[in-house]
Amino acid sequence: MIPSLPRTTAWRTAPWLYAAAFFAFLFLPLAVVAVFAFNDAPYPAPPWRGFTLMWFGKLARDAALLHSLWTSTLVAAWVTLLSVAVGTANAFLLERTQFRGKALLSLTMLAPLVIPGVILGISILAFASRIAQFADDVFGWELDVLRPGLPLVVLGQFSYIVAIATLTISARLKRFDATLEEAAYNLGASRGAVLWTITLPYLRPALIGAAVISFLMSFENFNTTLMLVGADAPLTVLMYGRMREGASPVLNAVSLFLMLASALLAIGLMRRGGSRPA
Amino acid sequence: MADGSASRQRLLFALLLAPALLWLVGLIVLPHLELGVLSLRARVAPRVYEASLAQFRTFFEEPLYWRTFVRTAVMSVLATACTLVLAFPIAWTIAKIARGHARSAMFVMCLIPFWVSETVRTLGWMILLRESGVVPALLVSTGLAQTPPELLYHDATILVGLVYTSLLFMVVPLIGALDTLDDALIEAAYDLGGSGLDILRRIIIPHAAPGITAGCIVVFMLTLGNYLTPTLLGGKDSLWFTEQIYTQFITRFNWEQGAAFGFLLLALSTAIVWAGLRIAGQRFGEVMRRT
Repeated sequence: MIPSLPRTTAWRTAPWLYAAAFFAFLFLPLAVVAVFAFNDAPYPAPPWRGFTLMWFGKLARDAALLHSLWTSTLVAAWVTLLSVAVGTANAFLLERTQFRGKALLSLTMLAPLVIPGVILGISILAFASRIAQFADDVFGWELDVLRPGLPLVVLGQFSYIVAIATLTISARLKRFDATLEEAAYNLGASRGAVLWTITLPYLRPALIGAAVISFLMSFENFNTTLMLVGADAPLTVLMYGRMREGASPVLNAVSLFLMLASALLAIGLMRRGGSRPA
Repeated sequence: MADGSASRQRLLFALLLAPALLWLVGLIVLPHLELGVLSLRARVAPRVYEASLAQFRTFFEEPLYWRTFVRTAVMSVLATACTLVLAFPIAWTIAKIARGHARSAMFVMCLIPFWVSETVRTLGWMILLRESGVVPALLVSTGLAQTPPELLYHDATILVGLVYTSLLFMVVPLIGALDTLDDALIEAAYDLGGSGLDILRRIIIPHAAPGITAGCIVVFMLTLGNYLTPTLLGGKDSLWFTEQIYTQFITRFNWEQGAAFGFLLLALSTAIVWAGLRIAGQRFGEVMRRT
């Protein structure tokens, strides 16, 4: 119960005990991943056999893993670029224009968020293959872009991440004080100048927030990616494959690296005071 | 001049509309139509197809398929319920009890694990629970078990993993809903002699209903569509429906069957979302904006 009501000691301490247990549960898996990256044993399992940095050295020489890290970064960069650009256009479309069917359009924009990722993946795979088949039959073109591979992975991830970018950016655009733009127009600014010097700077926190979230969601995506991936596997797909085969502390080492990277991103985002993640 | 500016307005509007339409039509609507067409056709000869319900018949006639489907649905409902029960007290503590720094620190601590990829978190659970893992070793060293038990590959393990992955998506909407509940209402109910249970049932839950619905819908959907957690934490017999879709589509290259499975999963997911909204009397758009 709330603090302003009389509570027994048990009721006063229970929430904090529960919180402690809850956070222990939340951080336990991350903690063991981090700890066993430093264990001098061929498997990430107890007992503790001494501290080593060997697994980070192995990671630095693991060409396949490093390549997948690069692949993930590349995919995430493209998805971020596309999502923020299209998300911004969508935000202006939803907040600044009036047209018939707008309500339907804005509702449809939310649909990708309730479609399971696996289904987004297979539907795009099937549709792309139909277009490729069509291009081959009619024009004799070989469109390799439409076969499973990184371009399709980018499109698949983009198809729902852009919905999140749209929500983030239009939420901020909605709160924009339109009189600021009017003032600038009255002072003789052109449309482009107003957009560049007034509106976009105002949107900056939302744009940065949307970019960080898009990058992370793309980097972590598994379901959609798994269906669309070709020969070049991004990190999550490669890690999944190796986790099925068995365990090596190299995976712990790369995981620790990921944790630190996303922690830095998160701290950077919160320091900026941008929009709250999630 | 007026004509020029009107046509420029139209051009601008078209430029803003084009990316949205390309995205929604090209990546969402047409691919799903394609999936629908695929699921309703059967191959009668190389590159010759005819309309057929064969795929759906296979689904109902083959116990493995529909049992996996039902299992996935039941486990997802269970996982959603467990997530709600575990998330509610912490959301309450953050929204109503903690103040100032403790409050924001706890909120951020809820977010942190979810900045890390699900693959990494699942790796953590595997290290904790596998036979040679941390928890079995602890059980043996404390004398609670003679030999290290295998804690992976059980349904309960899958449930733990699913709940773990889902917590954030329940905690955030719950905090949002509980935040707006005026403490005075609870105090008034207490002064009028309401017991803790009465207050929970008649004040708190009705007020938090939108947040509860939003959280449950998101969690159920994510759980139903999950792939990593059930396949890595579950054993050979613990099939998940997304796995069946993958097998048909990628391994067996039976796209027609895979598309039919995909549609069944989509139908279930949509039905539950719709039912959830109907029960709580809410609109889809509002709920999605809340989360």
